[in-house]
Amino acid sequence: MQFADLKRYVYINHKYFNIREVLLNIAVLVKLAPDTEAALKIDADRLKIATVDINYVLNPYDEYAVEEGLRWKEKFGGTTTVFSLGREEAVKALRNALAMGADEAVHIVSPGGLDMLGKAKALAAALQGRGFDVIFAGKQSVDDDCGAVGPMTAYYLSIPHISTVVKLDCDGSRITAWREFEGGAEKFECPLPVLITAQKGLNEPRYASLKGIMFSKKKEIAVVEAAPAQAKIEILKLNYPPVRQAGKIVGQGVEAVPKLLQLLREEAKVL
Amino acid sequence: MNILTYIESREGKIRVAGLEALSAGRRLVDAAGGKLTALLLGSGIDGLTEIVRGCGADAIYLADHPDLALYSPEAYCKTAATAMLKSNAQIFLLSATALGRDLAPLAAAKLDAGLLTDCTEAALENGQLVVKRPVYGGRLIMTLAAASLPVVVSLRPKIFPVVKCEVAEPTIEKLTLNLDGVIRARCVETKAEAGGKLDVTEADVVVSGGRGLRSPDNFHLIEELAAALRGAVGASRPVVDIGWRPHSEQVGQTGKVVSPTLYIAAGISGAIQHLAGMSSSKVIVAINKDPEAPIFKVADYGIVGDALEILPVLTQAVKALER
Repeated sequence: MQFADLKRYVYINHKYFNIREVLLNIAVLVKLAPDTEAALKIDADRLKIATVDINYVLNPYDEYAVEEGLRWKEKFGGTTTVFSLGREEAVKALRNALAMGADEAVHIVSPGGLDMLGKAKALAAALQGRGFDVIFAGKQSVDDDCGAVGPMTAYYLSIPHISTVVKLDCDGSRITAWREFEGGAEKFECPLPVLITAQKGLNEPRYASLKGIMFSKKKEIAVVEAAPAQAKIEILKLNYPPVRQAGKIVGQGVEAVPKLLQLLREEAKVL
Repeated sequence: MNILTYIESREGKIRVAGLEALSAGRRLVDAAGGKLTALLLGSGIDGLTEIVRGCGADAIYLADHPDLALYSPEAYCKTAATAMLKSNAQIFLLSATALGRDLAPLAAAKLDAGLLTDCTEAALENGQLVVKRPVYGGRLIMTLAAASLPVVVSLRPKIFPVVKCEVAEPTIEKLTLNLDGVIRARCVETKAEAGGKLDVTEADVVVSGGRGLRSPDNFHLIEELAAALRGAVGASRPVVDIGWRPHSEQVGQTGKVVSPTLYIAAGISGAIQHLAGMSSSKVIVAINKDPEAPIFKVADYGIVGDALEILPVLTQAVKALER
C-alpha cells in the first residue's frame, strides 16, 4: 500500500461510497541489547563484551518504537512489520516484537563487521521497495549509544527523519513531532513517508499478551541476507572506565552539613 | 589535515558546546598542520562572527539563509556538505548536543564518511584520528580510529575546554546556498523550558533526587538547592518511571549522561545504570539514609541521613555562603 490519503470508492447497493481509508504500511527497526542492569565483562579479544551470562533484551528505546508502530496500526489500520539486523540472536528481538503485536518479521542476517553506515545500508536495502509509509526505530541502542542508524537509514531511503521524538501526531498523511533539545523543545511537521526515532516518554510500551506470545512462537520469520561492507571506522580496544575511589563519609545527619560545605570549598574547591 | 567545525547557535546565540568543538579542532590542527574552518548556520547571524573571531578559526564560513533560522536536518546537512567541499576538510567536527547527535549521522551518510559519536578524547596518532568514547551508557570506554577519510566526529559537551587563542585574523566568507525544496521535515515552532531552566547536560552543578525524597511534593527541596547553586535539577530513573519528574531530567543510561563539576545525589541509592550516567562528574556528593548504598562507593563526600532533613539545611548554608 502506498502512502497518502487513499480515497477509495466502495460499491454498495448500487451506489459508490467514498471512504477515506488510510491503511498504513508500518515498519519498525529493532535490535537486541544487554539488559541495562547486567554486569559487563570485556572479552579476551579486548574488542567486545563477553556475551556469556548476559541477559539480552529488546533494546529499551525499541520498545517505544514497537509500541508506536502498534498504536498507528490500531488507529489507521494496516500492518506492522518488524526488521532486525544481526546474527541468530536478532530473532529473539523479532519474537519479542511479534509478541507485543507486530504482524510480520524480517531477519536481516548480518555478515558481521558492519559499521553504522554498513548497518544503515543493509536496513535500507531490506526496507527499499516495500512502500512503507512510516518507519519507527529507537533513538539509540543501549550498547554502542550512537543513535546513528535511524537517520542514516532515512538518508539511504531518501526520506526525511525526525529523531528522539517525545510526542507524535498523524492525520493519515502528515505528522507533527516534538523533539527535545538542551533547554527546550522543537516541533517538526513533515509529510509521510518519514522515519521517526523514539525517545523515552513517547508512549508507554505494552506487555506482550498470552495470545501474542503464542503467535510469536509459531510465526514464520522471513530471512534476507545483508551485503558485507568495508568499515570506515576501526575498533582498537575496549576498556573499563577509571574506577572512582570511594571518598569519605563526612558524618551523619544535618550536623554534617557545615563540614561538607567546608570540604567542598577548601578541599574540592568547587564552591 | 583540514578541519571544518560547526559552531552551534540557537536563536542568535552561540552555544558553549560549539566553542568547545572549535577549541578541540584548533588543537588537532596545531598538532597536524592544516586549516581550521568554523561554520556558522542561521538567519541574520552576522553578529556571531565577533564571538568566534578570537577562538582559533583560520576561516569563518557564514551560512545565512531563512531556511537555516531553525534547525532542519536536511538543510543543515546540505550546508555542511557544501562547506566540507569548499574548505577541502577531511574532518567534520561538531558537538554531540541534541542537534549535533541528529546532524552528525546524516552528514556522515551524505559525505560517505565514518562516524565517531560522542567522543570524550580525540587525538592524531601517526596521522590517524584516534578517539575514545563511552559505550554501554558509560560503563565501558571504546577506543576507535578513523580507518578512512573524511570522518565525522561529534564531541561530548562539557569535556573539551574552550581555549582562547591568538591566531591571525580569520577570513570571513558568506556561503552561497540553494536550499530550494530541500526541507521536507520542517521545524515550525520552538519552545523554551519554563523559566529558562538549565539542562542537566549543560550545568556546572547538578542536584538529583531519587525515591528517598518519598513524594513528588518534596522535590522543591531539590529545586531550591539547585537554584542556590545555580545548577540544574536531575532525577533517578525510578522517580521518572513513576511520573514524579519529567524524562528530560533523568540521569543515567536510559536518560542523560552528565559531567558537571559538582553532582549531588540525594535519596538515590545508585543503581548501575544511574552510576553510568554521572560517574564522570568531577566531584560527587551523596546523601542517603542507607550507609551501604552503592552511591557511596563513587561519592567523594557522603552524608548518611534523611535527604528531607539535610537538603533544607544544606540550601540555607549555601545561601549563607553567598552572602
